[in-house]
Amino acid sequence: MAETLDAAAVVAMLDAVAQAVVDQADVLTDADLAIGDGDHGTGMKRGFEAARAALKSSPTASIEDAFKAVGMAVLSETGGAAGAIFGTFFRAGGKALSGKELLDGAGFADLLESGLAAVLKRGGVTEGQKTIIDALAPAARAARADGGSLEGASAAAAQGALHGVEATKEMIATTGKARSLGERSLGHPDPGAISVSIILVAMRDFISGN
Amino acid sequence: MAQPTKKLLNDRRKVVAEMLEGLVLANDGRIVKLPGHNAIVRTDLPDTKVGLLIGGGSGHEPLFHGFVGKNMGDGAACGQVFAAPSPDIIVAATKAVHRGKGVLFLYGNYAGDNMNFDMASEILIEDEGIDVRTVRITDDVAAAPPDRVHDRRGIAGDVYAIKITGGAATELDSFDEVERVARKTVANLRSMAVAVSAGSIPETGKLTFELADDEIEIGMGAHGEAGVYRQKLTSADLIADQMMEKILADLPFGRGDEVALMINNLGATTMMEMLIVNRRVRQICDREGIKVHRTDVGTWVTTQEMAGLSITLLKLDDELKHYLDLPAESLGYSRM
Repeated sequence: MAETLDAAAVVAMLDAVAQAVVDQADVLTDADLAIGDGDHGTGMKRGFEAARAALKSSPTASIEDAFKAVGMAVLSETGGAAGAIFGTFFRAGGKALSGKELLDGAGFADLLESGLAAVLKRGGVTEGQKTIIDALAPAARAARADGGSLEGASAAAAQGALHGVEATKEMIATTGKARSLGERSLGHPDPGAISVSIILVAMRDFISGN
Repeated sequence: MAQPTKKLLNDRRKVVAEMLEGLVLANDGRIVKLPGHNAIVRTDLPDTKVGLLIGGGSGHEPLFHGFVGKNMGDGAACGQVFAAPSPDIIVAATKAVHRGKGVLFLYGNYAGDNMNFDMASEILIEDEGIDVRTVRITDDVAAAPPDRVHDRRGIAGDVYAIKITGGAATELDSFDEVERVARKTVANLRSMAVAVSAGSIPETGKLTFELADDEIEIGMGAHGEAGVYRQKLTSADLIADQMMEKILADLPFGRGDEVALMINNLGATTMMEMLIVNRRVRQICDREGIKVHRTDVGTWVTTQEMAGLSITLLKLDDELKHYLDLPAESLGYSRM
């Protein structure tokens, strides 16, 4: 269990996050085949493998630079909507931690809120449209509401994201490639929301030492 | 788990890179790939012209990268299979085709493409000082009702939009004028697709959707996104009737209109079936008093081995006819 993470630990956490996304690419592929075009898993895998390589090449990066390195790798290598969204999330989230030498609970909430704001602006979507926002927004709110330690904030965020994924099953897609499904998208979780939960669960597990 | 679908591939992860290498060679020197980027650029660009950059996800060949050439796109930014190209690819491609008069982005209207091209636009305008503008293609009438045209996808109408805008960008010096012609073309374009069986993603070998042996899906998207409705397979004439009813009512097209007509193969449908559908479409056009100026029947916008076809109508005026009828030279679309 860690109260704060220094830059080296953040790099290690992001490496674990990237590994988790790569490991669960098949889950994302199957979720996307159900309501989209089926490329989400391969795209995320490509991007987060590139993120691991980028982190390895700059192990002494600052906290901000570590998040930005992940963001640039995902933006370039994932491509598609997922690349733009997750690339934007990590880059904007990193910017919110500019100058910070330690990541604490408040910083964690800043990271999620800034990442969320940038993704909302880029994607032009709102909550309830069955997108990654429906996992990210409750996660950011939960982290801020927790208001405590890094461990508490990250656990609250992961829980918020997992609840958000469940909630997307009850939503009808009104944007993206699933939009044309209409009511046929009911019952299926949003693949991008699942990716958010994988990322935040991996952060929680790293921070709590699991 | 089902076996991956059968395809002639090497490393499934390298399909885009190997495909682009083959594409460049198939163009006999008329295009090159930019080093380090999945972007294609013409080798015979004049010193000054309004630039036309097209692009999108791979896997729909010959769209988009097969449409780079004379009176077509000046360059193409190529994404991974079914995924929009990233901003760094688009930025590199734009800088390579820019000839001092600005660059028009012309691509299909999908969330991923919109976000990545917009991010590239911001970089190019703010950091490079290049005049970049965007026209999104929205010809798929199945994707959204007429009052939400901005929610419609680009499908086979991409070909006519690229052909006409490519011609305009060759002949017109004014960026404003090229943009106007592109917008007029998109406004006059309507398409609809029917899927008979699914295509599969090369990297995973998985089908993008499932249809029963006796089912079809009308309005299927270019990536296998669900269509408007599923139904039993009926006759070619009945299916063409259903599709044409939607297309004609949408613009609407009417008596005295002159159109370009495209019957596009989604990947695995035979020319025989497409010609049979073309026969019915022409009967309908005759009945409605719509004159077909030009017909294209072939394979331009595909989704791997998806079987099915799309019907596209473009309402023409003298200006659009002129640019459409200019000769085109590219691997994917050539006309004398």
